[in-house]
Amino acid sequence: MSARVVVIGVGNPLRGDDGVGPAAVEALRGRVPDGTVLAVSDGEPARMLDLWRGADTVVVVEALRARPSRPGQLHTLTVADAAARTAGAASTHALGLGECLALAEALDQLPSSLVVHAMEVADVELGARLSEAVRSALPGLADRVAASVRQAYERNHER
Amino acid sequence: MNHRGTRFLRLDVLARVEGEAALHLRVEGDTVAETRLRIYEPPRFFEAFLTGRGHTEPPDITARICGICPVAYQMSACQAIENACGVTVDGPLAQLRRLLYCGEWIESHTLHIYLLHAPDFLGRADVVELARDQRAAVERGLRLKQAGNAIVEQLGGRPIHPVNVRIGGFYRTPTPDELRPLAERLRQARDDALETVRWVAAFDFPDAVCDHDLFALRDPGRYAVDTGTPAVMAAGDNGRAPRPILLSDFEQHVREGQVPHSTALTATLDGRRYLTGPLARYAINGQWLHPVAAEAAGEAGLGDPAAGAICDNPFRSIVVRAVEVVQAVEEALRIIDGYERPPRPAVEVPPRRGAGVGATEAPRGLLYHRYALTEDGTLTEARIVPPTAQNQTAIEEDVRRAVQARLDGPGPAADDEELTRLCERAIRNHDPCISCAAHFLDVTVERA
Repeated sequence: MSARVVVIGVGNPLRGDDGVGPAAVEALRGRVPDGTVLAVSDGEPARMLDLWRGADTVVVVEALRARPSRPGQLHTLTVADAAARTAGAASTHALGLGECLALAEALDQLPSSLVVHAMEVADVELGARLSEAVRSALPGLADRVAASVRQAYERNHER
Repeated sequence: MNHRGTRFLRLDVLARVEGEAALHLRVEGDTVAETRLRIYEPPRFFEAFLTGRGHTEPPDITARICGICPVAYQMSACQAIENACGVTVDGPLAQLRRLLYCGEWIESHTLHIYLLHAPDFLGRADVVELARDQRAAVERGLRLKQAGNAIVEQLGGRPIHPVNVRIGGFYRTPTPDELRPLAERLRQARDDALETVRWVAAFDFPDAVCDHDLFALRDPGRYAVDTGTPAVMAAGDNGRAPRPILLSDFEQHVREGQVPHSTALTATLDGRRYLTGPLARYAINGQWLHPVAAEAAGEAGLGDPAAGAICDNPFRSIVVRAVEVVQAVEEALRIIDGYERPPRPAVEVPPRRGAGVGATEAPRGLLYHRYALTEDGTLTEARIVPPTAQNQTAIEEDVRRAVQARLDGPGPAADDEELTRLCERAIRNHDPCISCAAHFLDVTVERA
């Protein structure tokens, strides 16, 4: 049986660096095995739960605001890391990723494997462009996501 | 903390992407002296962004203003451009648009009811806490919301920021067979929607009365969603025929200007404070609810809108929203049952010099667009008046009343934390674009 792997880029491409998640997903096209679901979301929990229903592995790509900020800095978080952070501190989204994961856990709807790759961002003002720092760090982010996808298939193969 | 003899409280300041808000509350002795809500207004950016673009672009561009109600922006944009070009979209294409819009009402209202608003009434910090001890209810909410998502995804082409909408209609219309699974899903959703009304009707509601003028589209014979003309029901005029306004005169009636207590622009309607959204829609359109929705409203204690009953307790807006979800489900089923695929997915909308206006009922209230274009369709002006900006003054007044009632009431003095929670609740009653950001609401309480 093949693994069901879902990659979700969370963010709004019209809010500057907030579009880094969707941009990373775009950069993965052609780089991941056929059948890998590449999705973009605003992070709204009901839609996130819908997207990963039935998935073995979920890879979330997010923008992250930190203080002080080091734009372009990459972070890889486990479910526990991400859920432990408050929504406000970890995510730039409505009900943040932290709340989304906590809700999924309360409803027993967490996938068996979930990893979050996040990039610290500089500017989330309205506008369609990524900042220079984020743009130059984007290939590194896409590499991390691609590696997670690869590992998911390898893990499944070993089973 | 203490700062120059005045007490401030600051909550977490981080703003989320689609909404950023701050509330400033000034209390002098036992009196609320000032409530000032600052809201984030992405439409201002989009108005500039649209200028110079082609007349086919506003539906796609404005859909990105809000992740929660992109369809509302698309529909008001389409209507305004079509109005400017002298084109009317009717028949099955108009029905499909209404179906898409019903999907958004179901999604947006259910999100607000279950994920954001219900925890306020049940003493839970948030939906995560709620899910731990009312799991079945939260699962029902998610299931119902997903029925709305399914409509938007089917007609809009994808779940967020639908891409299948264009001026004149759609890029592709579904076959009746493609809509059949939606109907099955909606028949299940009807039970969830009715259960939602019963669930929220049993909540405890604080005593509160709002006396804003009420403003909504009115479309005699049916509950206004994407059609109708604006109408005003003045405060205290319950049951009397609302006063109609020509949509082309909207900007003469709705004026944005400075008010003495605030530096922000706030809207008035003919110089008066007013409210748009579910409470206004229900007062003005309630008599045209689908019988199933009307019966649910009656059982929930909302009274008979055909007999002039209105809901003036803003905390009970959650019940009106639940009734509107039933209405949207019934309306969606009616449309699907009668659907025949139109011969063409869209009508031609050739550009011409002129201006056009459009208004529809976004889940949170009336959304107005105006565009001016040249002969070749280049946009020279765009004007967007979203519901949350219109409701700002009414929300501030509701906050003032809620806090004042608490200060006047018996019991120990309220601390800042309690007042903050009360303010958030009063704001959340109106599901503003910022409502999902309520945990990030930056509240300052100043006591003098």
